[in-house]
Amino acid sequence: MINTTIPYAIELRDISKRFGTVQANKDICLQVPKGSIHGIIGENGAGKSTLMSIIYGFYAADTGHIEVDGEIVDIRTSQDAINAGIGMVHQHFMLVENFTVLENVMLGAEGGALLRKGVSKARAELKRLASQYSLEIDVDAVVEELPVGLQQRVEILKALYRGARILILDEPTGVLTPQEADHLFRILHSLKEKGVTVLLITHKLREILASTDNVSVMRQGEMVAHRETSKTNKEELAELMVGKKVRLTVNKEEAKPGKVVLSAKHLSQLDSQGVKRLKDVSLELRAGEILGVAGVSGNGQSELLNVLSGITVMSEGEIHFAGEVISASAPKNAAQMRDMGMAHVPEDRHKMGLVTGFEAYESAILGYHNSPVYNGKFLMNRKVMLDECSERMAAWDVRPPNPYLKTANFSGGNQQKIVIAREVEQNPDVLLIGQPTRGVDIGAIENIHEQIVSLRDAGKAILLVSVELDEIMALSDRILVMFDGAVVGELEAKDANERVLGLMMANSYSDDPQGEPA
Amino acid sequence: MYDTLIQMLDATVRVSAPLILAALAGLFSERAGIVDISLEGKILGSAFAAAAASAVFGSAWIGLIFGIIASVALALIHGFACITHRGDHIVSGVAINTIVAGLTVTLGLHWFNMGGQTPALSGDQRFLDITLPFAHAMQNVPVIGQIYSNLISGHNILVYLAFVMVPVTYWIVYKTRFGLRLRAVGENPHAVDTAGISVTWLRYRAVMMCGILCGVAGAYLSTAHNAGFLKNMSAGQGYMALAALIFGKWRPVPVMFACLLFGFLNAVAVRLQGVIIPGVGEVPVQAIESLPYVLTILLLAGFIGKAVGPKAVGRPYVKERA
Repeated sequence: MINTTIPYAIELRDISKRFGTVQANKDICLQVPKGSIHGIIGENGAGKSTLMSIIYGFYAADTGHIEVDGEIVDIRTSQDAINAGIGMVHQHFMLVENFTVLENVMLGAEGGALLRKGVSKARAELKRLASQYSLEIDVDAVVEELPVGLQQRVEILKALYRGARILILDEPTGVLTPQEADHLFRILHSLKEKGVTVLLITHKLREILASTDNVSVMRQGEMVAHRETSKTNKEELAELMVGKKVRLTVNKEEAKPGKVVLSAKHLSQLDSQGVKRLKDVSLELRAGEILGVAGVSGNGQSELLNVLSGITVMSEGEIHFAGEVISASAPKNAAQMRDMGMAHVPEDRHKMGLVTGFEAYESAILGYHNSPVYNGKFLMNRKVMLDECSERMAAWDVRPPNPYLKTANFSGGNQQKIVIAREVEQNPDVLLIGQPTRGVDIGAIENIHEQIVSLRDAGKAILLVSVELDEIMALSDRILVMFDGAVVGELEAKDANERVLGLMMANSYSDDPQGEPA
Repeated sequence: MYDTLIQMLDATVRVSAPLILAALAGLFSERAGIVDISLEGKILGSAFAAAAASAVFGSAWIGLIFGIIASVALALIHGFACITHRGDHIVSGVAINTIVAGLTVTLGLHWFNMGGQTPALSGDQRFLDITLPFAHAMQNVPVIGQIYSNLISGHNILVYLAFVMVPVTYWIVYKTRFGLRLRAVGENPHAVDTAGISVTWLRYRAVMMCGILCGVAGAYLSTAHNAGFLKNMSAGQGYMALAALIFGKWRPVPVMFACLLFGFLNAVAVRLQGVIIPGVGEVPVQAIESLPYVLTILLLAGFIGKAVGPKAVGRPYVKERA
């Protein structure tokens, strides 16, 4: 596959990077032949962006080195990376919005202390680049007035203007319309023909297969596979990306779904940039069942949880719950939803589930802190809070069972138990759970899973969002698959397997000829 | 009537000069993303240092140099807190203002034993008014003569410097590499960082520019406009400059006009002090003096156009994954 006589455009050797306790990159090796388009695929949080930040001099690697054209380069700052011929198009554009295209391109490469000379040179050079790579743009346009597709073009021009021979694109299609994305890939191909090496970071299988020569797969900070794109397929990549894990088994009986307790109709949600993150999602949640939501992370699951729990207001659609109709014109906030009987275990326990600086007994009542149970006339009733916390710690096997311990000092699994206990003990009708076992050790996973199932058996309606396919398959009675903000598949748990779910998650189930459920 | 107008405009120019210097100083700082409420403290510190050095060494120019050094030192403290340690810009600024207000008086007492003042300056210890060529000859030419000989001529060198700094600042901000980067770092420091430029060093250079200009403004107060340092002699001019900066929407030329407007309001207030208008009574001078702030608030509230400052102003730059 690889010609050993020609040095690679870029080669990584044993790159490792650790942030505190998180090993973001571990012994990464990567070889990218010159003039090729190389895809790097992996789930969100697999360490792709960290790796690219290291190549671009944003972070220093703890170990390992980088070679460009066969020579070791010492990249400590972005300037070093630029000098080595590396250019980067960031996921969130690095543009000064009220500058013109020309000013943005010149920033950092002005060509002298005075701008005048550089301006005429930059104009000429941009004209040349535009015609060579079909990157036409009005150089005097103000960037914030351009559509995102053109803003991205400015980023590409910035890199080329600095003489980049290796271009890294981090999730470039996230903000683009399909047409803009197609255009981008045509540009990338013309760059490749002119000898530019392209590194394409994405979690979208379709893009990888449609446009790359080689692909490397990252999972949990490690590079797990390298493939020639023509010799692999969606199925294999999806499996590599998600990983085959030890099969989890949960003892549970057949579900006995009762009446619908919550139904969502045509929910849509726009983010701050006006991009639709949730697209026309409808679902019904029944008492006594676990509805699993599968999907590669970042495909709208978080937005779904936020809208259902009342954290954000939907842009369109409505939710029927507890005899009320909740819509954009009649929203309910998270506190009101709680009062109506909805509990929420958020995906990110550190950001949304806990205050890590609080002591355990304080974290254990967050969201319910105004309840009369915990409050005296003027002051909070610490004794009630402490007693209750101790009881729950015993019941949920939180270790150490010390209500005075700072939340931050518990392990991930025990923190998660504090959150789940808090939400479950309120005896809600509906429980939303996001990533219940992320960063939780095996023993605690079992415990948490059992609790979720027993809650179902007690007649609660549970919506489970997880990126762990095993978890989805082990717990769910019914499974929805989300892709790009929309529900793209629904199936009974008994019909689900990794292959089917993997393909659905990559939204390529229907165009796979063998795609009948097994 | 015409004479009165010329006199008031002359007063306007004198009052506006330090405002212009301080507002341009603030422009450099805020364009780089550093909120500078400590303009006030820097002016006061520089006024004291300039007067003290001028009294000791007998030269206004040496005073000016010391004023600039003191002001730059304060600017570097602000930079150290806000840039290096990512502190809150307002808190750091208020701390500097408070420290300087106390320190100048304390040091003044200790060094000169004159109740916190510095000795009265005279002769070469001050920047004296300059009479431009032909000013006397032109005096009797109608209309233009008055403007030239009384309004344009007859100011000290720092006044001329203040007005020269307006086009110079414009040129630096819009025509040079430093200016391009300065504007960029106040809008989106991430873009500057990924372009391979040090955000830290760029912002330090900006606060030093700010320090230099505040230094000149301070020296003007104590060694040109007045003859010595008085306790709290900056009297809120730093805040007024900040208001002018916002009023001028962070652009050099409009900022100058804002300073002139504020200076003119001040001259009007002084002129009308104690004047009794029939039926109204004594003119409420305080109301006129507060106009600059009222106008600025109206502007910020969106009643007069729209004031959009540099986007990243006041926010510490933390390098993080995009």
